[in-house]
Amino acid sequence: MTRSGFVIANLFRKRTRTILTLLSVIMAFLLFGLLQSVNHIFNAGADFVGATRLMTQARVSFTQPLPISMVPKLEAIPGVARVAFSQWFGGVWQENTQLFVFAIDPLRYRDVYPEFVMPDAQWQAFANTRTAMIAGKLIADQYGWKVGQKIPISSNIYPQKNSGNAWAFDLVGIFDGKDESWHKQTNVVFINRDYFDEANAFGIKGRTNFFILKLADSNRAEAISKTVDAMFENSPDETKTQTEKDFNLGFIKQIGDIGLIVRWILFAVFFTLLLVVGNTMAQSVRERIPELAVLKTLGFSDGSVLGLVLAEALALCLFGGLVGLCLATMGGAMVEKGTGGQFQLQLDASVWIIGVAAIVLMSLAVGLLPALRARRLKIVDALAGR
Amino acid sequence: MLRQALAITRISISSIPERWAPSLVIVIGLAGVVAVFTALLAMATGFASTLKATGRTDFAIVLRGGSQAELNSALLREQTDLIEQGPGIRSGADGKPLASAELMIIAELIRKDDVKNGANITVRGVEPTAFALRPNLKIVAGRKFTPGLRELIVGRGVLREFQGAEIGKTVRMRGSNWTVVGEFEAGDSHDSELWTDVNVARTTFGRLGSSSVLVALDGPDGFQKLKTAMAADPRMTVDVIREQDYYDGQTQQFRQTIGFLAGVVTIIMALGAVFAALNSMYAAVAARGKEIATLRAIGFGGFPVVISVMIESLLLALGGGVLGALIAYVLFNNLSVATLGQNFTQVVFNFKVTPELVLRGLIIAVVIGMLGGLLPAIRAARLPITTSLREQ
Repeated sequence: MTRSGFVIANLFRKRTRTILTLLSVIMAFLLFGLLQSVNHIFNAGADFVGATRLMTQARVSFTQPLPISMVPKLEAIPGVARVAFSQWFGGVWQENTQLFVFAIDPLRYRDVYPEFVMPDAQWQAFANTRTAMIAGKLIADQYGWKVGQKIPISSNIYPQKNSGNAWAFDLVGIFDGKDESWHKQTNVVFINRDYFDEANAFGIKGRTNFFILKLADSNRAEAISKTVDAMFENSPDETKTQTEKDFNLGFIKQIGDIGLIVRWILFAVFFTLLLVVGNTMAQSVRERIPELAVLKTLGFSDGSVLGLVLAEALALCLFGGLVGLCLATMGGAMVEKGTGGQFQLQLDASVWIIGVAAIVLMSLAVGLLPALRARRLKIVDALAGR
Repeated sequence: MLRQALAITRISISSIPERWAPSLVIVIGLAGVVAVFTALLAMATGFASTLKATGRTDFAIVLRGGSQAELNSALLREQTDLIEQGPGIRSGADGKPLASAELMIIAELIRKDDVKNGANITVRGVEPTAFALRPNLKIVAGRKFTPGLRELIVGRGVLREFQGAEIGKTVRMRGSNWTVVGEFEAGDSHDSELWTDVNVARTTFGRLGSSSVLVALDGPDGFQKLKTAMAADPRMTVDVIREQDYYDGQTQQFRQTIGFLAGVVTIIMALGAVFAALNSMYAAVAARGKEIATLRAIGFGGFPVVISVMIESLLLALGGGVLGALIAYVLFNNLSVATLGQNFTQVVFNFKVTPELVLRGLIIAVVIGMLGGLLPAIRAARLPITTSLREQ
């Protein structure tokens, strides 16, 4: 019998116990995977954006719009290649579903966000049709929108001059992301801001929530954001400029202490799991003390007995942990699909790496004490049952 | 039979200390489940009760039609005047209607545990009637703002979670400095706000009208009167909502999200705990095999054995449940946290570990204890006596 065969045979001697322990390990890692990916959203959600863009908002809050007349001043700053802007529309689909709808200047936006790809003809149609809208692939797929349709979207902020809360836009294009992570950002809708400016009954004319500054050189991000903010200091429209990554992170951080709660849960789960598996391992070693003594009598070294016990712990944790992480990956994908990409629970490589590290650590934590005990066994005492 | 069951249970329970390790697994496992469950729901309860306390049933809030939250709403001066003169509104001591047109704007403050990322804080511009409408709001330090000056008063909750709004500090808004002159406490979601004079807010932020009008209703049919009058007036499209319904609606999404999270996490953890409990109880039964067989041999029935194993499992589970609830209470009760509300601003609230939540947690613990005890109990009763007796 090979050593690995011996380890497996030992595990399955008390089949019920092994299976039950495995199931608890699976449950723990299923939870671990899901929570870790939630945690991931809070900590590093905006990794893919890079630092080539700055976001400028009103210093008091991004809900306070800034005058579009700032654009030429911003574009005159050395190092700023192009400026786009976007305005939150407060879009609502059907009864009560909030949509991410922004009023933008099409061609400026296209220059600043080359990551969103769409045929040139559709960009031109968007720029040249006043009542046009374009939709991201994710959202268009979710609601089954097709190019050429007129899409009714209402706004919970801006009434239309003639039709109240109800607006309608001609869908002239559907854009996708240049890669997977940008594809996941395509749950937004863009409308033409000239039309928005003219047709909203509120008279917020010539103002917008955000300017997005595309930089010629990302190394100068900090200097340029200081220049921008200094330029408008002491005016009613003081600005706050930060990198796109910091902006996104700050946005997520607004949700507040959820990340902390998640870490608490993880801690509780892990502590619980450690005890469950640790106890099982300790018990199985305790019951087999005479056998381990026999192994030693047969000439197995102290080290190899230690190795055997550790291998058992590792096998248990590894199998249970991997199955649990797989289940979590599938579950996360299901949640993501079920919510149309609104709630992105992807178990990417980083979650898996942390997961595998946790598996190894856990095997050591639960296996080491029993393994050391097995290593220290005195043959005579153990055989005599002392 | 009952006496038999009691006798065996007494033996088994008094032998728990000898088998403490597997018993501890059940206790700790259940403590984990109940602690997590209680803590998560205590968060949802705390959030909901903070907002619910803000709204009264004899008040109504008037917003622009379809705007759903104060942040999105805007009413013109003419409209707010018409609303304040509408029917169904109670009059104050001075004979004027008890109504307050308020302007909600947002400023950024930095969390205490952060250095640069701003969080959205509600700044509420109010008229003097606003204080009459909220008698629970008390100035606890400093003084009220002076109308016409750029002065702010700050809610307790804001001070607890965010920096830069202490009395005497200045908050920068739209190119001007605003001095914080007082601190107030209301015991509801207004504690997460900064208040100032509505007219100063209007001129500074370039807003002409208001976000909402809060009115005290006159009698039980006041609501309907006001609502009908507003619907009939062609000059406005507004929603008239009972204040408590409005604030209740603001919590729905949060409660759903947290409820879903708590459900998923609890189910997965509970399954894990059931498996662990099964494991431990099987081990307990195996360890006591000889003892059970002896009892059976001297005439004890199988059923009392089942009962005794079940009771042991239940007691351990209940102990774990109580421990978990205690942990949740000690660590989380009254823990102050802040999160985004429907108005896209921070709502500061406390976790609330209520007796009802603890009870629900204990029920979960008991169910898990039953599930974990049943199969091992049946196995214990079915142990073949002779072989068990012969075992080492």
